[in-house]
Amino acid sequence: MTTATASPGMALRFYRYCWLHYRRNWKGTIVISVANPLLFLVAIGAGLGAVVGSHVEALGGVSYLAFFAPGMLAAASMQNGMIESAFPVSYQRMPGRAYPVAVSTPLEPVDVLHGHALFMAVKIAIGAAAFCAVMFAFGVAASPLAVLALPAAVLTGFAFAMPVAAWAVTLPDVRPVQTLFKWVVMPLYLFSGTFFATTQLPEAVQHLVALTPLWHGVELCRTLTLGTATWAGSLTHTAYLTALALVGYVVARRNYHRHLHP
Amino acid sequence: MSDVIAQATGLVKTYPPRDKRSAPFTAVDGIDFTLQRGEAFGFLGPNGAGKSSTMRMIACVSPPTAGTLRVLGLDPATDGRRIRARLGVVPQDDALDSELSVRENLLIYGRYFGLSTRLIDERATQLLDFAQLTDKAAERVDALSGGMRRRLTIARSLINEPELLLLDEPTTGLDPQARHVLWDRLFRLKQQGVTLVLTTHYMDEAEQLCDRLVVMDGGKIVAQGSPAELIAKHATREVLELRFGIGEQAAAVEKLRQARTGDRIEELPDRLLWYTAEGDAALAAAHALGLTPVTALVRRASLEDVFLALTGRTLVD
Ligand SMILES: Nc1ncnc2c1ncn2[C@@H]1O[C@H](COP(=O)(O)OP(=O)(O)OP(=O)(O)O)[C@@H](O)[C@H]1O
Ligand SMILES: [Mg+2]
Repeated sequence: MTTATASPGMALRFYRYCWLHYRRNWKGTIVISVANPLLFLVAIGAGLGAVVGSHVEALGGVSYLAFFAPGMLAAASMQNGMIESAFPVSYQRMPGRAYPVAVSTPLEPVDVLHGHALFMAVKIAIGAAAFCAVMFAFGVAASPLAVLALPAAVLTGFAFAMPVAAWAVTLPDVRPVQTLFKWVVMPLYLFSGTFFATTQLPEAVQHLVALTPLWHGVELCRTLTLGTATWAGSLTHTAYLTALALVGYVVARRNYHRHLHP
Repeated sequence: MSDVIAQATGLVKTYPPRDKRSAPFTAVDGIDFTLQRGEAFGFLGPNGAGKSSTMRMIACVSPPTAGTLRVLGLDPATDGRRIRARLGVVPQDDALDSELSVRENLLIYGRYFGLSTRLIDERATQLLDFAQLTDKAAERVDALSGGMRRRLTIARSLINEPELLLLDEPTTGLDPQARHVLWDRLFRLKQQGVTLVLTTHYMDEAEQLCDRLVVMDGGKIVAQGSPAELIAKHATREVLELRFGIGEQAAAVEKLRQARTGDRIEELPDRLLWYTAEGDAALAAAHALGLTPVTALVRRASLEDVFLALTGRTLVD
């Protein structure tokens, strides 16, 4: 079906549109994508962490702040990946919005996907970088490898952004997006090992959790930050998240074409 | 340079089912047309006739299901980008970014065509003047009136100096004055040699703007020609419109049919139309039959009457 070859130059044209549009709208999203995670980090990590006390065994012998912060990095990145894809894509694909306008010019649907995906990646990276900066300022990093938590977090966010974009471009309206946040994002947030170690869960549930992409993101970010990363573990997590991003991308490419040039 | 700017034979558009329970829907059902360079061509028809579907195929944003289509001598299936680079499109909904300013909308659109910022600036100044929006350049689009938005959408569609301009219902929803301003702008474009293709519900608009047109209904072309040809072929010279008191119309129609004038009578919910060569004579005949209409109006036949004759339905309900 997808006959047109992608053009990086055309994709950049849409990427520039995204920034121009964002200049008018940044106030609406900066709070939820950058400020919120940082508030959580300070309030829960530092505040609750002081109550919990340090060196709890289930946390692997580190302070609660050190345990929580990299997990929160991954979870916030996941949420950013979804925020950057679900709402904008389902909004911009509506009649009269940016997607149909762009694909009536020399741009092809695949160029729009590429331009928007680049914008999503950059936005996810900005959020993750701000979080990492504060996290490192708290002295959480236990290894030089901790800097790799930043690309790991971006990969986590992007692994969610692509499948969600593939889905959102097919929606006739934005209502299902709210359902997604209530029934997918919240449970993942709570049970993927962000707030507490999954080893505290029953074993059957642990296996289930290990299938969720956020758990892989959390583990990857946490082990890199705390210096407990293993080659096997990190490669597995990275492969899982990359595969998710790739599958999402392939489906998105097909869906963008079908729904923007119907 | 060839005189044909676009051509279709046996053009079909079938949309896939929206969900599991619905069936595929054929919106355009095997139509043929040839658009000549420099002309103004119209697609007329009621809601759901398939006008927009046809326009989207010409605009290379919707692949035909069957048939052949050539636009600017190229095949939309393989040369969509190149064709779209030379088209201007004014979609049925304005499709402007309401949070951006008037000028930014032009800037964004110009960039999609790969134009330099300087060239866009230059053209934007001219186009805003053409669209009478110069003093609104810095305003956000959501502060514009419907007519201004429509003019901005037309201005935007000209940023790449298109050879072929596709306008989907350019004046729907505008007040009469705003429509006349738009007609004037479109007429100027035509004078400059831009080929215009437009869809409309309005017969007067088609009469004003189109050299040739096709009437579509249910995905098919039911008539084609120049406005004058169509009127000559499918209507009489004049029309007598009679309105009766509540409940009296049926009896009047019965009387007229019995009188066997040989003329065609159309019943509409609120009035009846008597197609005749001489409206005044028909009115005298009606009075002679003892009919007492509340109002009587003699007018020239229009494309509206053509449509009614062809489909048995009015265009705008
Ligand atoms: N993407 C789509 N999927 C399924 N059906 C569609 C789609 N687009 C249009 N249709 C259907 O095709 C038919 C023709 O639609 P189209 O928009 O071409 O009509 P139109 O002549 O432009 O009507 P209007 O005057 O209301 O704009 C309608 O019945 C419409 O519901
Ligand atoms: Mg339409």
